Amino acid sequence: MLPLRISAITATSAMGVGLAATRQALQARAGGLTRCDLPGMPEGIWIGRVREAEAIEPPAPLAAFACRNTRLAELALRQDGFADAVADAAARHGADRIAVVLGTSTSGIEETEQAWSRRGADGALPPYDFARTHDLHALPRYVRARLGLKGPCVSISTACTSGARAFLDAAMLIAAGLADAAVVGGADTLCRLTLHGFGSLELLAKGPTRPCAEDRDGISIGEAAAFALLERAGPGDQGALGLLGAGASSDGHHMSSPHPEGHGAVAAMRAALDSAGIGPGAIDYVNMHGTGTRTNDAMEDRAIARIFGDAVPCSSTKGWTGHTLGASGALEAAIAAICVEDGLVPGCLGIAQPDPSFAARIAVANAAAPVARVLSNSFGFGGSNCALVIGRLP
Amino acid sequence: MSLAVGIAGIGLLGPGLMGWAPSAAVLAGAVPYEPAPLTPPAPTLLPATERRRTGPSVRLALAVATEAVQDSGLPPEELDTVFASSNGEGHVITSILQALHTPDGAISPTQFHNSVHNAAAGYWGIAVGSARPSVSLGGHDGVLGTGLLHAAAQAVVARRPVLFVAHDVPLPAPLDALRPTAASFALALVLVPEGGTHGRITLAQEDSAAEASDLPDGLAALHDANPVARALPLLAVLAGGRGGTVRLPMLEDTRLAVAVAA
Repeated sequence: MLPLRISAITATSAMGVGLAATRQALQARAGGLTRCDLPGMPEGIWIGRVREAEAIEPPAPLAAFACRNTRLAELALRQDGFADAVADAAARHGADRIAVVLGTSTSGIEETEQAWSRRGADGALPPYDFARTHDLHALPRYVRARLGLKGPCVSISTACTSGARAFLDAAMLIAAGLADAAVVGGADTLCRLTLHGFGSLELLAKGPTRPCAEDRDGISIGEAAAFALLERAGPGDQGALGLLGAGASSDGHHMSSPHPEGHGAVAAMRAALDSAGIGPGAIDYVNMHGTGTRTNDAMEDRAIARIFGDAVPCSSTKGWTGHTLGASGALEAAIAAICVEDGLVPGCLGIAQPDPSFAARIAVANAAAPVARVLSNSFGFGGSNCALVIGRLP
Repeated sequence: MSLAVGIAGIGLLGPGLMGWAPSAAVLAGAVPYEPAPLTPPAPTLLPATERRRTGPSVRLALAVATEAVQDSGLPPEELDTVFASSNGEGHVITSILQALHTPDGAISPTQFHNSVHNAAAGYWGIAVGSARPSVSLGGHDGVLGTGLLHAAAQAVVARRPVLFVAHDVPLPAPLDALRPTAASFALALVLVPEGGTHGRITLAQEDSAAEASDLPDGLAALHDANPVARALPLLAVLAGGRGGTVRLPMLEDTRLAVAVAA
């Protein structure tokens, strides 16, 4: 693919509101997971909750969009001068030439969950704006209206690859000539459906998740919103931050278990490298999907080792944020951007050494190193796989 | 900015519209439309265990996808796919919401993994053994236009055929009161960058809302009853064989113009 400049990027998760706080937490190895204190959730788990978002309200003309997911998206849009950068891009390209392509797995379903507990004697739900909260399109519609954009509006929901797919699909729309720039990313928020769902699969960790640990015991669920502004790279952009490649695949194997040998993961990583026109040796760090479950991390280790052997440091940053589901690909693209800018390889949090059965080079401590290109993995239910290459533009 | 793609295969299911070939005369206005109850067929492509786990939304999607791919003659496992649905797996989500509000609050792990919006895409990949990339989109009332433009763009950029599947079934109570969908409807198109045995279409996004469509009475009601049935004006032009331009809804301020070559 033609490389795209990442003109602006921002992330809000349990590890920090905005990029500066995220960077500080990453450098200081200060995770954001806490004991779950939300009502009606599975017992004894830890979550990545963004309390700061809970008091945020959307601007009055967009009040109908108010729900937990919109509040988190709104908080994220206020960080890092993101809205200003989009306004500048709109002035350059025209508002109708900027697409909004955003991923979410559950959108504002938490609004429906709240309404459900207030149902009348006849079972009817109290009135609320379903289309602007629960519906998947609510997220890109809100962001598009909030930023005054008029281009294509796309909601992507491919489970836990949604946020990464948004980058890939926006690059495709730009390549097709349907837009000159795109606001991409994702937002997903804590809700009962997701936490009890992973609970029913017995995949929730008892304490903070510890991806790649020998005694890892599962996922901590988090919430996050992360956005990036993608534009065609120009001659003066050499060395600037960019989306260099993106690849996807399907497992065609099982709805919730990855292929044990990671065929789909390998295919997505290879497609991302091919799309960037580079070989495995050009990658300096792999940000793993690394959810902390027994099977995902083992599968991903085998898949990475098939391509990289033990030559490239790898880690999951979900120990800081929890698994933020449909936002995770976008959140981890922002983390990749920090790693490139700071020359940082973050080690998995909360583990002294990696699972000794793993073949890839798992980092467990932060290390300073030149990082020109990061490969970022996302895998999801339904056998969905996506990998991005984030790095300095050639 | 416009994009042109060919249509190499069509699959269709709606009340009284049991497949593309049997429906073409109705859509062309040569035979009166007669609504009939629609039960999405069990997907025979899937192993029995997986088949039992599929609900109406997935079954509808797999049925039209199968028809369109057979029509195209292309190998199903080699097609990139774009799935689009506004209500998605609303049946599964509703039963999870019900279970969450019972005293023990226990939900089924199978239901949870079936609740993802890309469930239909996942089952299609399992059914045909495909490792090709797949994306699943929402889009509320603009889901058909948004998905069609996305799939066409992908066919043009990747220079590969793309299987586009749009499917929606009504939400169960109590969500149906907030999001009324009165009928089930699904459409699949195999879009190709060059050629196209069913003709070629040119797509362009325009800055205004879509106007009311001109359809026979029964079909006009169906058009309004399901967001994917917003495809009916396009299908009528395709069936008529004389070409023309239709406009499909996307957002309050945006529509998709689709020109069908004569």
